[in-house]
This record gives sequence, C-alpha cells and structure tokens, in this order.
Amino acid sequence: MNFFDRFAIPHPSPAIYASMVAIGLTVIAIIVGLTYFKKWGYLWREWLTTVDHKRIGIMYLISALLMLFRGGVDALMMRAQTAVPENALLDAQHYNEVFTTHGVVMIIFMAMPFIYALMNFVVPLQIGARDVAFPRLNALSFWLFFMGAMLFNISFVIGGSPDAGWTSYFPLAGNDFSQSVGTNYYMLSIQIAGIGTLISGINFITTILKMRAPGMTLMKMPMFTWTAFITNAIVVFAFPVLTIALLLGTMDRLFGTNFFTTTNGGMDMLWANLFWVWGHPEVYILILPAFGIYSEVISTFSRRNLYGYKSMVASIVIISFFSFLVWTHHFFTMGQGPLTNSIFSITTMAIAIPTGIKIFNWLLTMWKGKIKFTVPMLYAVGFIPIFTIGGVTGVMLGMASADYQYHNTMFLVAHFHYTIIPGVVFAMLAGLTYWWPKMFGFMLNERIGKWAFWFIAISFNVTFFPMFFTGLDGQARRMYTYSEATGFGPLNLISFVGAVGLAIGFALIVYNVYYSTRYASRNISSDPWDARSLEWATHSPVPSYNFAVTPKVNSIEAFWDAKKKNIPLFQGKIDKIHMPNNTGVPFIMSCIFFVWGFSFVFSLWIPAIITTIGIFVCMAHRSFEKDDGYYISVKDVEDTEKKLRGVS
Amino acid sequence: MKIDHSLPLEYSTDQNKLNILGFWIFLGAEIMLFATLFATYFTLVDRMGSGPAGADIFEITPVLIETLVLLTSSFTIGLGVHAMRLGRKNAMLTFFAITLLLGLTFLGVEIYEFTHYVHIGAGLQTSAFTAILLTTLGTHGAHVTLGLFWGLFIILQVKKRGLTPENANKSFIFSLYWHFLDVVWIFIFSFVYLKGMM
Repeated sequence: MNFFDRFAIPHPSPAIYASMVAIGLTVIAIIVGLTYFKKWGYLWREWLTTVDHKRIGIMYLISALLMLFRGGVDALMMRAQTAVPENALLDAQHYNEVFTTHGVVMIIFMAMPFIYALMNFVVPLQIGARDVAFPRLNALSFWLFFMGAMLFNISFVIGGSPDAGWTSYFPLAGNDFSQSVGTNYYMLSIQIAGIGTLISGINFITTILKMRAPGMTLMKMPMFTWTAFITNAIVVFAFPVLTIALLLGTMDRLFGTNFFTTTNGGMDMLWANLFWVWGHPEVYILILPAFGIYSEVISTFSRRNLYGYKSMVASIVIISFFSFLVWTHHFFTMGQGPLTNSIFSITTMAIAIPTGIKIFNWLLTMWKGKIKFTVPMLYAVGFIPIFTIGGVTGVMLGMASADYQYHNTMFLVAHFHYTIIPGVVFAMLAGLTYWWPKMFGFMLNERIGKWAFWFIAISFNVTFFPMFFTGLDGQARRMYTYSEATGFGPLNLISFVGAVGLAIGFALIVYNVYYSTRYASRNISSDPWDARSLEWATHSPVPSYNFAVTPKVNSIEAFWDAKKKNIPLFQGKIDKIHMPNNTGVPFIMSCIFFVWGFSFVFSLWIPAIITTIGIFVCMAHRSFEKDDGYYISVKDVEDTEKKLRGVS
Repeated sequence: MKIDHSLPLEYSTDQNKLNILGFWIFLGAEIMLFATLFATYFTLVDRMGSGPAGADIFEITPVLIETLVLLTSSFTIGLGVHAMRLGRKNAMLTFFAITLLLGLTFLGVEIYEFTHYVHIGAGLQTSAFTAILLTTLGTHGAHVTLGLFWGLFIILQVKKRGLTPENANKSFIFSLYWHFLDVVWIFIFSFVYLKGMM
C-alpha cells in the first residue's frame, strides 16, 4: 500500500469534498484574521496559556457550542435521510458514520464539555474560592479534551469516520468488519479526552472538599456544587473502566490481540459489559449537574429556598450509587439469563425513586412561590413534564421481559432523547442563560430567548414523540432506510419537520448571542436575577481573583441572607492575593497528544514513539519546574474593586 | 506561602495538603483501573484458545524474586520518608536510591519473564488469556517504569534544592505511589500467579 493511500477517504462523496474545502477555508480565514488583527499574542497570553478557571470554563463553553452544531448537522442529515421511504440522500455506509459521530460528538464532545464549562465557571465562585485546587491541571484537562475532539472531528476528512455506533460493539468494531481507520479514531480520541475528564474529576473533588469558604460545611453547599461533587466522584470511578476498555479495544485493532474477537478465546460481550460499566454512570455524570442547575434556577425564580435540601443531597448520592449497578439493562436481550436480567431490572426501576423525590422537591419549591418565567425558568419548568415522559418510558424499558419488544427500536431512541434533551440540553441552555451575565457582564435578550425556548420545546416533541409509535410498530434504530409498505413514512416525515424546527431554535440562540453582544446593556448589577448563592456576591464580569475578601458563610443561602437580613458576608480587610502563573505547557503537551493519537490511528510507529517521549518530556519539565505563582498587591486589588464598583 | 511548622514538612503548606488529597483521589482512580484489569483477567483466564494455560507457563523463581524485591523496596521507601521527617537528607536520598535500584531489579526480572513467555509461545496475540495476562502485568510494569524516572527526578531535586516543603511533598506523594504499586503486585502475585499455579 502506498504510504499516502491510508489517509484517503474510503467512501468519498461530494459532501465530504465540500467539507474539506470548507475546513481548509475556515482554517485559512482564522490564520489570516489573527495575523491581520495582530491577535496572535493576545490569543496566546490571554487564552491558550491561561490557568484561570473562568476562562477555561468559557473555552469549554465555546467548544461545546461548536460541537453542538456539528452533532446537530449529523442529526439533521439522519432525519433528512429517513424523512421519506427509500431515500437515497445518504447510503448505508454514510448513514452508519453519521449516527456514530452524532452519538459520540453529542455525549463526549458536547454534553461533557458543557457541564465542565459551567462547573469550571461556577463551582469555585459558589464555594467562595480563588480558583480550583490545581489550576494548571485544569488547563491540561481542557486542552486534552479539546485535542481529543479535534482528532475525532478530522476523521471524516482524513481516513474515514467510525461507523460501528457510539457504543462501538465488537466484533462489529473489530478489524474484520470495520476496516477503515474510523474506529481507531474513536478509540484514541475518546481516550485522550477521557484522560482530561479524569483529571478534572480529581481536581474538582479536591477543590470542593478543601477550598470552601470558612463556615460552608458540606451541608451548606449550594445544590449545583453538591451535584458537581457527586458527578466528579462518579467520573473518578467510572472513567478508568473506559480507559481500560479503550486500551483493550485499541490493542485488538492495532496489535492483533484477542480480547473482543470471536477466535482464540476472545469474548465480544466483554466489550459490551466494560463499555456500559462506564456508559451507564456516564449518563448520570451528564444528568446530575443538570439537576443541580435546575435546583438553582427553580429556587431563584420561585423566590423560595430549595424544598427538601437534605433529601436532594441524599437522592443524588443514592443515584450515583445505583448508577454503577444497572449497566446490564443496556443489553437485556444479549443472553444473560433470567436471574441476572431480573436483578438489573429491579435496580434500574429503583433509580426512579430518588429521581422522583427530586421531581417532587422541585414542584414543592415552586408551590406558593412567586414564580418569574424568565428564560432559564422556562427551560426548568419545561424540563419537568418532558423528562417525566422520558423517565416513565425508561421504567418500561427497564422491565427485562418487555424490553425484548423495545430493544434497538426507535422507541429506545425516543426514550433516551426524552431524557437527555430536557435533562441535559435544556439544563445547559438554562445554565448558560442564567450565568451568562456573570460570565460576560451583560444579559441575553429575554424575548429572543423565549422564542428559542418555544421553538426548541415544541419541535423537540414533534421530532421525538412519533418515534415512540414507529418504535412500537417495529422500526429498528440505525437503519438507513425502510420500505413504503412498513407505513413508517408519515411519522418519520413529522420527525424531520421537528428536526428543522429544532435547528431554527438553535439558530435563534446563536442570533440571540449576536444580538445581545451588540445591543444589550452593559450597565447591569452584579446580581441581575436577584439570586441566592455566592457567585452573585462578586462583580460581573468576575475579576481574576474572584473575591477581594474571602466570604464568611453561616447558612445555606449566605448571599440571600446577606441581602435580606443584612448579615455581613465580607469581613476583614483586603490582603495581597496569591495567584498561579500562566503556562503554555498544557497546550503544547496536548498538541503532542494530538499527534500521538493521530500516529496511532494510522499506525505510524516512528512519530508515535517520538510523541510518546515528547509527552514524558513535558511531564519531566513540570517536575523540575519551580513555579511559585505571583501576588496581586493590595493596591491593585483595591484599584480593580473601585473600578468595578464604579461600573456596576 | 505560609508554612505551618507544627505539621510534617510535606503537609506544611495549603498547596501541599491539596496535592496529597488530590493524589489519594488519583490512587482511587488507579484502583478502579487495576480492578477493571483484574475483572477482565478473571473473565478471560480460562479462555486459552489454542494457547497455553497459566499453569503451563508460570515459573516460581522469577516471580518470587520480583515479589521479594518489590516488597523490600516498599520497606526502604518507608525508611526514606521516615528519614525525611527527621530531616536527614543524606539518609533519605540513600533509601530512595536503594528503592529505585530494587525497582530496577524488579523491572529487569519482569522483562526477562516477558521475553520468556513470548519465547515459549505465549505472546500477546496467542489467546485472550495471554493477552490479558501480559496487559495486566504490563500495565503494572509500565507504572514501575514511570516510577523509576519520577523517583530519579525527585532525588535530583532534593539533592539540588534540599528538603523544602515542596520537595518533601513530592517525595511523600511518590512514596504513596510506590506503596500502591506494591499493593497491586500483592494482588497480582496472589490471584494471577499463585492461583494460576495451583
């Protein structure tokens, strides 16, 4: 084989050539733009080398939004292909690639960075800390995630995309049935991003355990911080399982081992088990922070404290525990026998109990509250009924014997979109709108935001509700087309119309960002929503040191009490503030990781060895480096405070 | 940087305390990593295909040498940390150096063991059993290799910059890592080798 043949697309089409041109032009445009406006230095100093949790959060946010649109285009292509029977827009291979990348991009490269965006920005502020425990590792986490995402996204123009589904079941994902390098991309890009996530998990647990403001005991933490804490605990316990699964899968594909093959003792079901031992907790990694956001939003806009704080904490802890005990329900039909299926059936249904407690707590928080229907509140209120449909159908799927009817049908697809979209996407949009003024110092336009909400909420139901019916009628998921005689046509067409509506909704959000950036008032207070937790006690946008004086906390809602009962929050005088230095090493190391991953994808062993050494050189450099950070002097802090107070 | 002299040097600053807690959490993740490997090992241990079983290839002598050497190294690094707390820099460096030499011996024997396995037809591609055996051992061995470099860097730093709170912190965390590798080896020794030979 000619050396360069391996980089060719195995299955090209005009759309892929067009995207190649588009990617090329975008890269050129970015380089020319940065050079023309002389922004290279700014980009390097202020963003690529930053270790500030707020800026890292914003970079996560931008990446997540970009990936949302990439995954969204995949979704539109799928809905367009299945809109009418026997459509020829995409062929079977392209359809396989599109649903695979849609799943991976949305879960790993959209939802994960989105929750880490908000955690990064909000958690240190909510607990009154100056930064996370390991600011530099935080930068490394982000850049590893980013490079993993980039590696995954170049797959469709260099060498071919993965096509074995986001679950990548073996033996389908093995060399015999997936011959392109696509699945190598899957294994390595998720591995790189996963290392970043694991590092974040360690970082946030340490931060939350050790860096809370004086007086903030664990049971006085805001609910979002609680969910972030439990989420990261799940990350630390679940992600190593994925690390091993991906390692073994990579070895099967690149080194000819027999872990998941069907010869020489290999066991294909082992992959399914390992994948879901990570994969099911992953679902809760995504949903728990969302629950935290809803708790904040609902209590802020109902003007009431959160109902049942302790039961909220207990239920997230119980959910996190159960999340590790249900993985087999993803493959009830794959031959475990009735006893195993029954046990996993019961644990699965048991999760509905703590989740139900949370739903009732939110309802009771709103009960007799003075509800204000702002955009974040609309998403939160919309979430409750839609998510409940997802939950109820989840219990249906959890009944092992009934699952034989639903398994791998569009019913399942409808179910998990009914949980993930209101559960995660609505929450992220709510959180984005809610914390936007804290991030950027102006508010998103409420009127456009409401239009976007209604477009998204209605179109979502139009898209996914018909799938419950086609699924029960037997339409299998992941089929690129169907015959007219099946009668699936009209309902699928309705789904397509809904998907277009969703696209309009997300376009409205982009327009809202543009519109508000141009026209929104910068003259807002630091607490525009009249909110309850500590992040609103500092200025908007937040100064680099977060709080000039560390707050002292006496209650669950210390900031609210400070406002309403005049209990002083900031006592003591301004002292010099210790800050970590910026560093380019995390970025450089992650770039090396990118080349490392690329070399393994294409079995280029010499660059693979060189980059492996490069990674260890970066670590050795860190070991020997002396980096004591720097101090912001009292005078500088006072000047900044004066300036910010003048504006707000 | 505030230094609290009532605490051991490795705990004496806020950042040091954070580092130690963070590393314990990292070890929690490492436990999950090895637990997954062990679970996979137990799943695949009887799936030999046309290859050999554990009882056919395991030899007690190299395994005993590895065990003895690694357990001793865990003891010597404990002595090293003890010397560090007494502020005896040279004694500490000596114990750290002995630890690394023992680690190097372990690695040497393990490399011999691996070439032996491949030589007698129990390579990575032979069967599911040989693949997970070599992967589990290899993951542990890779950790030891990393530890050798890390430990060497720490010795050089203590030598050059003395027993500062920062260096004491690094040395202590490295000792946690080294003890952890020993614990993993005890599981490998018991559940891979002994169980396989019985």
